[in-house]
Amino acid sequence: MIENLLQGVLLGSLYALFALGLSLMFGVMRLTNVAHGDFVVLGAYAAIAIATVLPWHPLAIGVALLLPGFGFGYALQRYVLNGTLGKDPLPSMVVTFGLSIVIQNALLQLFSADPRSLDAGALGTDSVQIGAGIALGTLPLLILIISIACTAALQLLFDRTALGRAFRAVSDDREIAELMGLDASKIYALATAIACALIALAGVLQGMRTTVSPSDGPLLLLFAFEAVIIGGMGSFWGTFIGALILGVVQQIGFQFDPGWGIWFGHLVFLAVLVVRPRGLFPRTR
Amino acid sequence: MSGALVETRGLVAGYGDAQALFGIDFKLHAGELVAIIGANGAGKSTFLKALTGLVGVPRQAVRYADEDIGGLRPGEIVRRGLAMVPEGRRLFPSLSVEENLRMGGFARRPGPWSLARLYALFPILQDKRRLPATELSGGQQQMVAIGRALMSNPQVLLCDEISLGLAPIVIKEIYDAMPAITAEGMSVVIVEQDVSVAQRVSKRLYCFQEGRVALAGDSHVLTRAQISAAYFGD
Repeated sequence: MIENLLQGVLLGSLYALFALGLSLMFGVMRLTNVAHGDFVVLGAYAAIAIATVLPWHPLAIGVALLLPGFGFGYALQRYVLNGTLGKDPLPSMVVTFGLSIVIQNALLQLFSADPRSLDAGALGTDSVQIGAGIALGTLPLLILIISIACTAALQLLFDRTALGRAFRAVSDDREIAELMGLDASKIYALATAIACALIALAGVLQGMRTTVSPSDGPLLLLFAFEAVIIGGMGSFWGTFIGALILGVVQQIGFQFDPGWGIWFGHLVFLAVLVVRPRGLFPRTR
Repeated sequence: MSGALVETRGLVAGYGDAQALFGIDFKLHAGELVAIIGANGAGKSTFLKALTGLVGVPRQAVRYADEDIGGLRPGEIVRRGLAMVPEGRRLFPSLSVEENLRMGGFARRPGPWSLARLYALFPILQDKRRLPATELSGGQQQMVAIGRALMSNPQVLLCDEISLGLAPIVIKEIYDAMPAITAEGMSVVIVEQDVSVAQRVSKRLYCFQEGRVALAGDSHVLTRAQISAAYFGD
């Protein structure tokens, strides 16, 4: 049971990395990026493509993709998504849904439908013995550490820095923020840029930990979405805990039957929606 | 030139098909405190929004410091020195008092106003600087809203209904801070529902009625009868 719990936490910490970007984008500009999961897959395939020409370790590729991810997100928001924002949430959903289809089909053309993975070398097979006959994979533990670090960094950025203040201000009242001299379209672009840098890293880690195929995106989006809703929109730590809960529940489900894990996750998600529609850790103020 | 710091001639503005202003002639001189009064829907708020870029107007419609600034983006206008205290305060709920004030200083104009200076003007805000701004009392929130506008070190401070919903003693406290504000040579425009307050604190006064200037003059010369005739349109 303890092992299941620990494995679930490790699984959930990867979901947290998927969910942070979604939480950031929704929190700052109420934008639901339907292509979020496909971006994760795109990040994984970008790393796979690089790995075929450069002899780098996948982790190094992951770090190298942070900056292109940031630039991609900035440009996407500035030149495409900003034009879709408004009182009506539909245009942005339609546009990102379109992006989702384009990415899935482009990846299918380029890489075929076969699942692929990134060879993490010894890191992928090493494990750490933590007593009582429980061994945890080194890579999943590393992902947990990265996930905690990213959550803490994002929360700190949001709470303590001038950029975080700007994120919260445009989220509260865009018109007044602009009256103070902020350029909301640039602030939005920075939010999506940070989200996409995180997505690139998450995609690489996903590719190292398991396999990816071009059609994985929607399911990853669903996990990220469920984590955000379970945690509540209040904070990144809420999103992180929501992701861990999802991971643990899925892991427990997997123990009953390999087909039940994801289904269990959906059940808990629905239960939270019914009992606490604002999530477990909603914004208090 | 007329020597006015801010001037509009025949300013026309509105929201889509709904026209709200039908030719406003307005002047504000350096160091002056001018009040705009008028009934609901007279166009007072729209006028301030037109000055600060929140409502679109033609470039030549607003002249400020010998430059046409009509229809510029709000951020460009605040960088030139016009700051607004919006109607209903519109503080950022997820920001603390101090963070709200810092947002006001985003335009980074040089000048006398700083956090320390504001806390000297409104000492209560220093004690509450870490609280979420919307947890303060109405009067204190209004101080934050005024402070936020001052943090941009404006030449012209535009205040929209800063006494609305506040107790008379709090209104007095807020207006008592005005001399300290105008002492820096700043010009102030207040939009005010309360005619007697407007008349008491201002030098000159405009009365708007249905998007037009119904009356303009020296606040201490205009009589109650003149004002109420303009206010209610006979």
